[in-house]
Amino acid sequence: MVTEASTVNAAADANNAAVARYRNDFLKEVEDRVEEGHWVKMCMQCGVCAGSCPFGPHWEHSPQKIFMMIRAGKRTEVLMSDSMFMCTSCYNCMVRCPRKLPITHIMHGLANYAHRLGLAPKNQPTREFATMFWHNLARTGRINELKLTLAVYFKDGFVSGIKTAMTMQGIGLGLLKAKRLNPMEIVGGHKLKDLKGFHAIIAKASEIEDRKKGFTRN
Amino acid sequence: MADNKFAGYICAGCGIGETLDVDQLQKIAQKEGKMQVVRRHDLLCGAEGVQMIRDDIAAEGVTHLMIAACSRRSKTEAFRFPEVAVSRANLREGVIWVVAQGAEHDEVRQEMADDYVRMGCAEVKKMKVPAGNPDRASNKRILVVGGGVSGLTAALEAAETGYEAIVVEKEAELGGWAAKLHRRVPDHAPYAQPQPTGMPELIAKVKEHPLIRVHTSSTLAETSGAPGRFTAKIARESGAVTEETVGAIIQASGFSTYDVTKLPELGGGGPNVVDQAGLEALARAADGGPIKRADGREVGSVVFVQCAGQRDPTGTHLSYCSGHCCATSIKQAMYFKDANPGVDTVVVYSDLRVPGMGEDFYRSAQDKGVLFTKGSVSRVDASESGCKVQVRDLILDEDATIDADLVVLATGQVPNSGVDVDLPDEDPVKEQQISILNLNYRQGKDIPQLRHGFTDSHFICFPYETRRTGIYAAGPVRRPMDIAQATDDATGAALKAIQAVENAEMGRAAHPRSGDLSYPIVRLEGCTQCKRCTVECPFGAIDEDEKRFPVFNESRCRRCGTCMGACPVRVISFENYSVDTVGNQLKAVDMPDEFSEKPRILLLACENDAYPALDMAGMSRTVYSAFVRVIPVRCLGSVNTIWITDALNSGYDGVMMMGCKHGDDYQCHFVKGSELAHYRMSKIDDTLTTLGLETERVATYEVAITDSQRVAKLINDYAAQINEIGMSPMKGFA
Repeated sequence: MVTEASTVNAAADANNAAVARYRNDFLKEVEDRVEEGHWVKMCMQCGVCAGSCPFGPHWEHSPQKIFMMIRAGKRTEVLMSDSMFMCTSCYNCMVRCPRKLPITHIMHGLANYAHRLGLAPKNQPTREFATMFWHNLARTGRINELKLTLAVYFKDGFVSGIKTAMTMQGIGLGLLKAKRLNPMEIVGGHKLKDLKGFHAIIAKASEIEDRKKGFTRN
Repeated sequence: MADNKFAGYICAGCGIGETLDVDQLQKIAQKEGKMQVVRRHDLLCGAEGVQMIRDDIAAEGVTHLMIAACSRRSKTEAFRFPEVAVSRANLREGVIWVVAQGAEHDEVRQEMADDYVRMGCAEVKKMKVPAGNPDRASNKRILVVGGGVSGLTAALEAAETGYEAIVVEKEAELGGWAAKLHRRVPDHAPYAQPQPTGMPELIAKVKEHPLIRVHTSSTLAETSGAPGRFTAKIARESGAVTEETVGAIIQASGFSTYDVTKLPELGGGGPNVVDQAGLEALARAADGGPIKRADGREVGSVVFVQCAGQRDPTGTHLSYCSGHCCATSIKQAMYFKDANPGVDTVVVYSDLRVPGMGEDFYRSAQDKGVLFTKGSVSRVDASESGCKVQVRDLILDEDATIDADLVVLATGQVPNSGVDVDLPDEDPVKEQQISILNLNYRQGKDIPQLRHGFTDSHFICFPYETRRTGIYAAGPVRRPMDIAQATDDATGAALKAIQAVENAEMGRAAHPRSGDLSYPIVRLEGCTQCKRCTVECPFGAIDEDEKRFPVFNESRCRRCGTCMGACPVRVISFENYSVDTVGNQLKAVDMPDEFSEKPRILLLACENDAYPALDMAGMSRTVYSAFVRVIPVRCLGSVNTIWITDALNSGYDGVMMMGCKHGDDYQCHFVKGSELAHYRMSKIDDTLTTLGLETERVATYEVAITDSQRVAKLINDYAAQINEIGMSPMKGFA
């Protein structure tokens, strides 16, 4: 879950902490603050995950390496790695892991954690899209596909937005004809009936998660 | 000879009757084999057939049987007539199952069967019913050398089975290394937590047992004798000597730890660097509390260096893996984590090897937060304040330095196996070695050693057997191992020792011819005192008297016949296995002339592996040449060169010999027999050349019991080779 405001101070503290090599510190931090992070210590370094990943050659670090880096205390390198964002959630590694580590979930947890600390690589497309997706969804409780699409098209500025829109116009018209795209969504769009209640739910969930992961101070 | 009555029985079952001319076999047994009674039966191994033989023994006074049926390895229960001499002609596995089908092969098939009947008759003529070793001794006490976990377990197991045991321990206290541990690696589910060693209880049980006597602060000053009648002089530190008579000995002298000071690059000998034994001492001192270093400081971070001075490819340190150290380091890391989860514990390994249920234990340590990293430690800088460990992380492929308050080096086990009897006497290394057993055998003071100085033992097939009959090795003295394995090992060795004393009492052989009543008989008036038998006996069974005649210790003998094979004047024989029993067989074969295009190949096959492999070839109906005539031998070491000379002189076109694999990974059941045979045959080429024969006419092979397909191929290839060389020019002279 991505919320930024409450995280900044805590993140800065954690970022400043010096981490000694092959100490438990960073492993402990991952265990406490990353979803499924308590599994990292159980990795036996067989490398089956690294060999199973269809994106293997395109990542900077395989799951095997990420887990070893966590244990070796390489905090910055792990949290600034693009690897977690390259995961396509195919679950190959998770199915094959002889130690039954929920590798895919750990990778997502690490991505989320790095993002919240503000350490995740800037302009990482997966990270950017996920952020837009969340903002789009959190506002109305429904995904507004038109607005999301346009936001993605124009994320790098007006000219590139127009260019992308021109290339994609065939598909857009096709969707329009098939009544899969409602141009009226551009104004407001469909939403949940009880928006106030929905926002309250989201706020409470964020609060609980922040507390659990140590992003609030009380 | 007057009282001897010979009888031949030919079975016509299992297809023998349909495939072979049994009438002709009967005629051969009668006329050529000179069997006084010859009978055929359609199912000889059935109750009726066996009863027929029994009746002949009882009513006709038959003393010698030739049974032509299946392999001597089949139907051993049905054809067991211990009161008479029995030879077996192998018509089933040896003929009808291995000779090609079809009428065009009828002639050679029948010739092969005829020859086996002739051979069976010829063999039984020279056989006697073995009377059993007259040199029987009935002491059944078991001496255990070493009072560690292996020795104490062996003594207790023997005593619980009803045999008296004596434990000799050189230290003042029983228990060995195991008693010095804080905890041991778990031996039962869920394999998650170090558990108490159980040593105080084991020591108490041994001390209280009415059948066990313990000598601490004692060593063996001299050991002499044979199974059933060993004499051990037990010397106390004070100098007092007690003499004990025992039936068998278990050597459980254990191991020493590899000297850490030989590892200065890993900080060995420096401050705040200990070996695993050293850490156990610290853990015992802490007794569950925070573990403190020698300087009294609590340890906040510890690095375990696996394979320290082990698996060393350079030859400087131990080249082998000691097997227990990974699990031991896991256990020791848990000492820290259990006392204080905040302690940083890192295990640097190259391959984490946790045999048995160790994987669960490893997982449990990971769960407790012990860090494991695959890497290699290049150096440890030890100082009074702490250590810096230089490590190459092999997963991250980068160098790192780990700071640690304490470093534990996982060094290996060095066996306490005494004197290396194979070293020359003047070797300075040998002079420094202290004997464990102090045997007064001519072959040396201790059990021979195998690889890396561990005592002789066959890892897979017969682990506790040594080359000194009645003396069994157990525990880390024979290979590196942990407590659980040592306990199993000691139990096995105790049972072997019990078997040895029981066999000794009945005058029977020990492993691998367990129960054999025959024993070597020497005709001393023909002996030339050449000492070959005493030197070559793999088991140290033969000593020399003051006139340098061989003195056979029959109860140390394993009945392999290596002495018989070695003897140049052929004065050594067994009642049912001798130069004559085999010589008569090979000469009984009907030899076709030079122009018949029917070569004859003699195959001397080791009965332990090669002969079963040949039988299995038969069972799977693998076809091989019908020109071969197989004679099983007790061990290739028992092959006397006279058989080869006789065979070639009688016109055989080739002689094949199949024995077990030899060398460090030997499979020879008599350890050295096959090796000696190969050595002896390597010398036979000159003889062949002087006879004007091609050196290819004698060939030796190493064969494993699993080689059932290969033996057939070896025979066929050899037959083809002989076909190329041509028939022997020696036919028709004998």
